[in-house]
Amino acid sequence: MSITDRVLGDRERLAYIAGQAADSRLNVELETEGMTLNIGPQHPATHGTLRIIARLDGEQVVWAEPSCGYMHRGYEKLAEVRTYPQVTTLVNRIDWLGSFANEVPFILAAEKLMDVEAPARAQHIRTILFELSRIANVSLFLGDLGVQMGAITPVFFAFRDREYVLNLIEGATGGRFHPNFDRIGGLKDDLPKGWIAETKAVMKKLRTFCDQIDELLFGNEIFQSRTRGIGVIPRDIALQYGLSGANLRASGVDWDLRRDHALPMAWNKVDWKVWTHPDGDSFARCWVRLQETREATKIVDQLLDTIPGGPIMAKVPKIIKVPEGEAWVSTENPLGEMGYYVVSRGELGPFRVKIRSASFNNISVTPWVLRGVYVPDIVTILASLYFILGDIDR
Amino acid sequence: MSKVMGELSMLTVTLALDVPYWGQSLLRVLGGIVAVLLPAGTIVYVFLFKMMSFMQSRLGPMEAGPYGSLQLVAEVGKWLQKEDIVPERADARIFKIAPIVVLVSTFLLVAVVPFGPDAWFTNFEAGIFYALAVSSLSVLGILMAGWASANKYSLLGGLRAAGQLIAYELPMVLAVIGVIIQAETMNLQQIVLAQNAGSIFGFSGLGSPYIITQFVGFMVFMVAIQAELTQAPFDMPIAESELVSGYMTEYSGFRFLIFFIGEFATAGVFSLIASVLFLGGWGVPFAWFGWTDVNSVDKWMNLVGPVIMITKMMLVAFLIMWVRFSYPRFREDQLQKFAWKVLIPVSLGNIAATSVFKVVM
Amino acid sequence: MSNSSGTQPRITSVEEVKAALGDRLLDSFHKDDLWLRVRTDAWKSSMRALRDTLGFHYFCFLSAIDWMPSPYGRGEDDPTEPAPVRDTTIRQGYAGGASRMQVFVRVSNPVTHVSVIVKVDVPDDSLTLESIHDVYAGANWHERETHEMFGIVFSGHPDLRNMYLPSDFEGHPLRKDYPLLARMIKPWPGIVDVEPLPGGSEGGDEE
Repeated sequence: MSITDRVLGDRERLAYIAGQAADSRLNVELETEGMTLNIGPQHPATHGTLRIIARLDGEQVVWAEPSCGYMHRGYEKLAEVRTYPQVTTLVNRIDWLGSFANEVPFILAAEKLMDVEAPARAQHIRTILFELSRIANVSLFLGDLGVQMGAITPVFFAFRDREYVLNLIEGATGGRFHPNFDRIGGLKDDLPKGWIAETKAVMKKLRTFCDQIDELLFGNEIFQSRTRGIGVIPRDIALQYGLSGANLRASGVDWDLRRDHALPMAWNKVDWKVWTHPDGDSFARCWVRLQETREATKIVDQLLDTIPGGPIMAKVPKIIKVPEGEAWVSTENPLGEMGYYVVSRGELGPFRVKIRSASFNNISVTPWVLRGVYVPDIVTILASLYFILGDIDR
Repeated sequence: MSKVMGELSMLTVTLALDVPYWGQSLLRVLGGIVAVLLPAGTIVYVFLFKMMSFMQSRLGPMEAGPYGSLQLVAEVGKWLQKEDIVPERADARIFKIAPIVVLVSTFLLVAVVPFGPDAWFTNFEAGIFYALAVSSLSVLGILMAGWASANKYSLLGGLRAAGQLIAYELPMVLAVIGVIIQAETMNLQQIVLAQNAGSIFGFSGLGSPYIITQFVGFMVFMVAIQAELTQAPFDMPIAESELVSGYMTEYSGFRFLIFFIGEFATAGVFSLIASVLFLGGWGVPFAWFGWTDVNSVDKWMNLVGPVIMITKMMLVAFLIMWVRFSYPRFREDQLQKFAWKVLIPVSLGNIAATSVFKVVM
Repeated sequence: MSNSSGTQPRITSVEEVKAALGDRLLDSFHKDDLWLRVRTDAWKSSMRALRDTLGFHYFCFLSAIDWMPSPYGRGEDDPTEPAPVRDTTIRQGYAGGASRMQVFVRVSNPVTHVSVIVKVDVPDDSLTLESIHDVYAGANWHERETHEMFGIVFSGHPDLRNMYLPSDFEGHPLRKDYPLLARMIKPWPGIVDVEPLPGGSEGGDEE
């Protein structure tokens, strides 16, 4: 209980104990008089159509539960009737802010089954685009953080600076939001001329943006008092619920899939740092994401200097039939750990695809963490957990 | 009564017109309406549309009129032509009256603000006392709106607003008491004169604007009116990311327009009062022109005074709006803690210090 | 820089896992990742053993696979014509299997970064399995989703209601015999789109 002893006050400690006790019985009939408040599905705060049903006692939440499914599109069923190259169009739209990152684990799983490895140049550029999508995704998060708490100005800076990154992605892939660029065996096209120099300039701008957000938002006393000590998720709870990405690292777990799992990507060729924070509160989660964005710009800079030459696509047959087998690949996506479990029967399309999306697990902890907090804290905690509806609902 | 007649005849002399009593009252009423709506419109255009946009590195409305100057006309027109919706389970009569209560308190508030040596609407001894009392009427309007809307968001917003506004009434009053002690009067016109005719340690070149001597009171007053206006960082009642629009959720069309105007008109009128109390009001330091009291002030000051007032109001409103666009919002309990544990002790200390200085010097 | 144990569990830990599970383990398969299949009646105790004795604290996901090949093929049949007869013999994948549906779970050890995928057969007649939500709290939502998509009942689950679909939804969509309705209504107009290799021969071939 060392984390709880260090940062929690009495109210939070009691809430944690109550949470542990009532943890397995989410449908407890509560006798307290309370008002039931629906936050969403149409609501300025939620990143999409998420509905939170909260039972309140005054301004305190007695019980809260999210109700998802407003955006369920049945991707797992749809993937069964698609061919392997067609699945990337579906999968772009899961986490639509960092959409290149969604394609990569699926393609890597298919490549694993086919025993094909993309050439070094393709791996390198895949990694660059992956980190760019991380920057695009998380910079929106940083701006949106302000809006959730009432600071309306940082979000405009975020959108303005994100435009540069989206222009880069469009320049390379042809699509700002849904690039659909990854292919089994490599990438669709090579980089356009002048892209590398422009990307370096944009990375400088993004670092300035991160510094601005650091000063404007993270240094603000009101922001700190709204986020410090709020929504503490201890390490063992985070592991049990399967929180991933920055949420896990903010609870003190030193685990980054880019560093710790061997994948045919270029992360192990550059020098970078994994950021963790011991507190596990909302401030920690937001802070870790800010540092990761800065780190991502440094990774891109290093990668840009060392792109190897060579082909952009391996020799794969025209009509791709993936041999029989099962494969799991997961990557450190902007939202967390995203993975695909692909079962193949040797046909043109997959037999079963299980999409493990990060936000599903990240949001599954909300009934636990929202017990005993105030109504304004609901928004803060959800904002710091950072989810995308498409990622929860698939 | 004769005093009033005497002052009215002075007005007649100023304007070189022979205006009957009913005409004077009509002029005052029209003047009051202008004095409320003009600041509201100016603040909305300059600060909300343009300054906020420039701070957020965008341009703001540019289409309606040159540089978007007619955007306000377009907005008013849009709100006016909307359907008048009253929710089915709402208490219709209270629901309809609530926005008007909020706006009426603003009009009542502007009645005591002086715009020149003779250009005032009412001039009575309990000026600031009346102003503080009347400004609390808006709380009633907000509570009425919250309850009568038959909507949980509105109710939460209304209750939060009531708690917040009542909590921040006290620092506002206490901050003003320092000014009253220093000016030795509650009459706003006398306060203006005391600032402009006064001197700091014998140096009369700047007059004695109370922002210098009552700096602590000024800061407390500014924070308190930021909360009274439910502007960020104190906009819990209208917390857009949680409660949609708080107590204003169910209002649309004309009634929302009244809330909207009321919000910025109250901002303008509070800025006017702040500039009267702390910045010297309509006057410039009398030492510049060699005036000594209200009777020796030149008559053209009646025309220049309002201009000076508007300028000072814009300065104060700039501060209010600047903070609004920059800061995230407090949580309700942090807000209350700040009022009761920080602002009230500070303002009490200010009163004590002012009294000591007044007696000693 | 990389602490790469990768996705290859070290040989010693494969033996540890097998030793810890004992006779609960029915089959295993090792190729980059480690697949295990445990006995249905020992499902919960196996997961508990993995968590407590081997330190697999991180819960990644839980889901199910329906091993029956779809009687609708790849959804490209013309619905106006009689459906062709297809081979629907059930054949499981890695680590074997003895039932049509299998539930599988992936758990990881956050310290050593070793992960395992554990499969278990769901008995065909009852379609019931023990719930492991008290072993891994995160399994709560995953079991709800698996129940709604496959119809597997998790006994002991506190709140087995639908996750995504409306509460009055009939049927279990991810089962192979549940058709993809859009394809039943009209024939799918898309031909298989094969992209040409860059610099290679022209593509555009049909299936």
